[in-house]
Amino acid sequence: MSVEIKDGKKILTTPISAEDLKDIKIGDIVYLSGSLTTCRDVAHRRVVEEGREIPVDVRNNAILHAGPIIRPLENDKFEMVSVGPTTSMRMEKFEYEFVKITGVRVIVGKGGMKENTERACKEFGAIHCVFPAGNAVVAAVEVEEIMKAEWRDLGMPETLWNCKVKEFGPLIVSIDAQGRNYFEEKKVEYNKKKDEQIAEISKQVGFIK
Amino acid sequence: MNQVEKMTDLMAKFVTWTAIKLPDDVIAKLNELREKEDSPMAKVIYDTMFRNQELAVKLNRPSCQDTGVLQFWVKCGTKFPLIDDLEALLKEAVIKSTFEAPLRHNSVETFDEFNTGKNVGKGTPTVWWDIVPHSDKCEIYTYMAGGGCTLPGQAMVLMPGEGYEGVTKFVLDRMTSYGLNACPPLLVGVGVATSVETAALLSKKALMRPIGSHNPNERAAKMEKLLEDGINAIGLGPQGMGGKYSVLGVNIENTARHPSAIGVAVNVGCWSHRRGHIIFDKDLNYEIKSHSGVNL
Repeated sequence: MSVEIKDGKKILTTPISAEDLKDIKIGDIVYLSGSLTTCRDVAHRRVVEEGREIPVDVRNNAILHAGPIIRPLENDKFEMVSVGPTTSMRMEKFEYEFVKITGVRVIVGKGGMKENTERACKEFGAIHCVFPAGNAVVAAVEVEEIMKAEWRDLGMPETLWNCKVKEFGPLIVSIDAQGRNYFEEKKVEYNKKKDEQIAEISKQVGFIK
Repeated sequence: MNQVEKMTDLMAKFVTWTAIKLPDDVIAKLNELREKEDSPMAKVIYDTMFRNQELAVKLNRPSCQDTGVLQFWVKCGTKFPLIDDLEALLKEAVIKSTFEAPLRHNSVETFDEFNTGKNVGKGTPTVWWDIVPHSDKCEIYTYMAGGGCTLPGQAMVLMPGEGYEGVTKFVLDRMTSYGLNACPPLLVGVGVATSVETAALLSKKALMRPIGSHNPNERAAKMEKLLEDGINAIGLGPQGMGGKYSVLGVNIENTARHPSAIGVAVNVGCWSHRRGHIIFDKDLNYEIKSHSGVNL
């Protein structure tokens, strides 16, 4: 069992199974320990469109949509200076195929994703979580070690940085393994309120007469 | 050290500092909004945000990994002694800060599609010039334009029949489609002018105004307040995940327009609004307006 509660925190430890995720619901706050690999635009394209084999095994592990700031140390070691999620929506186009091919269980990013990811989460048993963005130093200190760096030709932001993390979070579940989508549900509410506000403000800004 | 080297060095240090610490007005507003949120999720998010800002200063690191494309809005006196060197030295300062801070390499050459690895490229950092006659001072706004909060930017020209009601809809529609992913609470900049580029530039300049300041035009100021209350009422909350407040503020900047057109643009800054404001005199004595207690 790789789910435990410690000091009131729900912690997922890799490797994670589909079974581990079944009681986790949208809006829950969890933390992650174990293997987390940064993976964003071009890496998704390489796996899905180019059919290349991903050089870091993410099966039953986690990926992070992020482009970090890294400081190179000696002997091909690296220090994580700053890492935070980037807009997950950019990866939406690729995510169904990506989850299917790689077997990743936990996708961490920023903001919501849509149908492709919902379908992947439901069919293959995965979740999408949001790490509160802009908190790159908190995230960096929760990285214990950078284990390896692959596809370095992509440059610092796009390299696959395979990290060992400890209680990485807070992670807010935005798509659960049932395929429910927190942001899409909230958006219905936001759009309703937005239309009310447009009507209300419009009554007061008739400056052209 | 000559004067060009001195100013390069000061600007590199200032840029680095703005990556580490938010300006005073942003911190004050975030504190205010944090106190007013009561849901457990919003509280966890704000706690993380404040812990992050403390750690950034303590560990001397950029607070957000996306240190943006550097943008400078300069209001330079025609008699400022370094006017000829300014644009080149700002580029040099970015390279220096990129190495020292370190900042992320965020300049990808278009069409050739490669990252320069220096955080500068063709036309980056961006420099907007306002020439100030008969002055020997140089005022510089610095801004780190991150990807997430650059994405919601939009400009268009409305027909006058759409009026300020159309402006309202234009801004609010953008908040629920793109704004919620751009790291709320947002600072919303709105430009109301005549064509796309005039409105767009004003919408960015609006983001350089301090939080809590108002447009001097009474109706524009009223609209700032209406939009602020309206976007708050949508309930985006921190990170767009729900809460009582969505914005740090709404700033509108405006010019006159062609009678047949209303140019409108929206630009947003994320909660981690890394704006700096520094003023140099002719001898390079400087005054920092955005951040208190800094010695470069």
